Amino acid sequence: MPDAPSAVPHALQNQTGDRRGPAVELIDVSFAYDQRPVLRGITMRVPRGKIVAIMGGSGCGKTTILRLIGGQLKPRSGKVLVAGQSVPDLDADALYHLRRKFGMLFQFGALFTDMSVFENIAFPMREHTDLSEELIRDLVLIKLHAVGLRGAAGLMPAELSGGMARRVALARAIALDPMVVMYDEPFAGLDPISLGVVGQLIRKLNDALGITSVVVTHDVYESLKIVDYLCFVSEGRIVASGTADEVRASADSYVRQFVDGEPDGPVPFHYPAQPYAKELLTHVR
Amino acid sequence: MYGEVLGGLAEGLRRLGGAVTGGISKLGYASRFLFAVLWHSPQAFRRIQLTLREIYFAGVLSLVIILMSGMFVGMVLSLQGYETLKRYGADEQLGILVALALVRELGPVIAGLLFASRAGSAITAEIGLMKTTEQLAAMEMMAVDPLARVIAPRFWGGVISLPLLAALFSAFGIFGGYIVGVRLIGIDSGAFWGQMQAGVDFWPDVTNGIIKSVVFAVAVSLIAVFEGYDSKPTAEGVSTATTRTVVISSLAILALDFVMTVFMFRGAGT
Repeated sequence: MPDAPSAVPHALQNQTGDRRGPAVELIDVSFAYDQRPVLRGITMRVPRGKIVAIMGGSGCGKTTILRLIGGQLKPRSGKVLVAGQSVPDLDADALYHLRRKFGMLFQFGALFTDMSVFENIAFPMREHTDLSEELIRDLVLIKLHAVGLRGAAGLMPAELSGGMARRVALARAIALDPMVVMYDEPFAGLDPISLGVVGQLIRKLNDALGITSVVVTHDVYESLKIVDYLCFVSEGRIVASGTADEVRASADSYVRQFVDGEPDGPVPFHYPAQPYAKELLTHVR
Repeated sequence: MYGEVLGGLAEGLRRLGGAVTGGISKLGYASRFLFAVLWHSPQAFRRIQLTLREIYFAGVLSLVIILMSGMFVGMVLSLQGYETLKRYGADEQLGILVALALVRELGPVIAGLLFASRAGSAITAEIGLMKTTEQLAAMEMMAVDPLARVIAPRFWGGVISLPLLAALFSAFGIFGGYIVGVRLIGIDSGAFWGQMQAGVDFWPDVTNGIIKSVVFAVAVSLIAVFEGYDSKPTAEGVSTATTRTVVISSLAILALDFVMTVFMFRGAGT
């Protein structure tokens, strides 16, 4: 499978024609929780204005990549660059300044449960701007209208369905018109309609607002509909990458197992163990 | 045989060492956490409505349990005290007994214990759940420091609320003592209040009681916010953290009370 022009390992030169360079770039990044290695030499770049999906099985390190980009974790080695700035080298003030350019959609929305939908979306505006309440009200309604939930402004998070909560969280993530939006499992636990709605919103908002999006997901079908590039992560490494069409046509065994949902393959069905017969007989003895 | 014994001993020592170093490490982390909370406090005070909101949740909503408990403790104290004092013909000293017991000890201590159970556990559970549901992480990713926005207001809400609650506890306790001692038992009202006025000094009795309640407030509030912030982001983790808040706060209050009493009242009245 050929390397895609972006979101690719080893293709570090800027091929998008954007002189500002990629929005996000990881160069040979390794990370471990204590002694457990999670990422081993990840290299990828996310061009501005594109949607890149990071895919892989549970526990393969997808969300860790988002946390490294957001500066919540620091890599053991390698570089994490956002808009050319080295995220691990930023002090707390500079990191918080950079994060104002980020939006993040958490797996289950992470809405503030003691605030209404309106208050949730107004929160970053009130924290980081001196806008008048009238202007904030208008902006919040614009954001809510964009995700189709203007009528739900007065509801509390507990009154929302999973899909609605995800859309409100999306509205909050774009509240300050960020440069980069990161999505952590945006499709998890959604019914097919909500799933389609959220997927289309990610695509439309990305294009309308000129955002760069990094989507961590294992929903291959929905991703193939909306993203520009996909990276497959397994055992801490990027094992395949490409455009949606390239992934569909790929003969790579890992990609095929993932796309076709095969239970066994490069990702084995069985957790590593000693031979079955040997273990049973050991017990008998 | 010896090998097994030695192995078990080594394992026990390892665990003991691990527990000790783990405890010291956590104490160090908690100290750094306290400094961080204090560092972020000016930001929290600049938006005073955040702290006022926490005073409402931690203080105002604890009023019922504090006032009711204070009243009953005062009533029981009065009953028990009267029975004892009567043996020595000193039943008119009941006012002093009730007031000193409440102002010096029971007010700050019981209010502190109740506060830890009612408000401390709620603060820990709320912060722990915010962590579990990634609300704190979301705040960080929005470039809003949870220490300034969530932790510091709750810490100061507790620090301000508890001394006021302890004062109210003592006041209602004395009132409960009055109801039982004067209204039910029939001690002279003038003797009850007069002896109290003569025997209870603002310094050291009331002041030291206030100092105790402030120290308890800092301890309980710190333990509550720290345990919530440090909890494992799982249902079990939040449950454990909530329990730890109540247990550690209670023990801290009792231990601190002993230490402060030694320094404050040693030799008082002699």
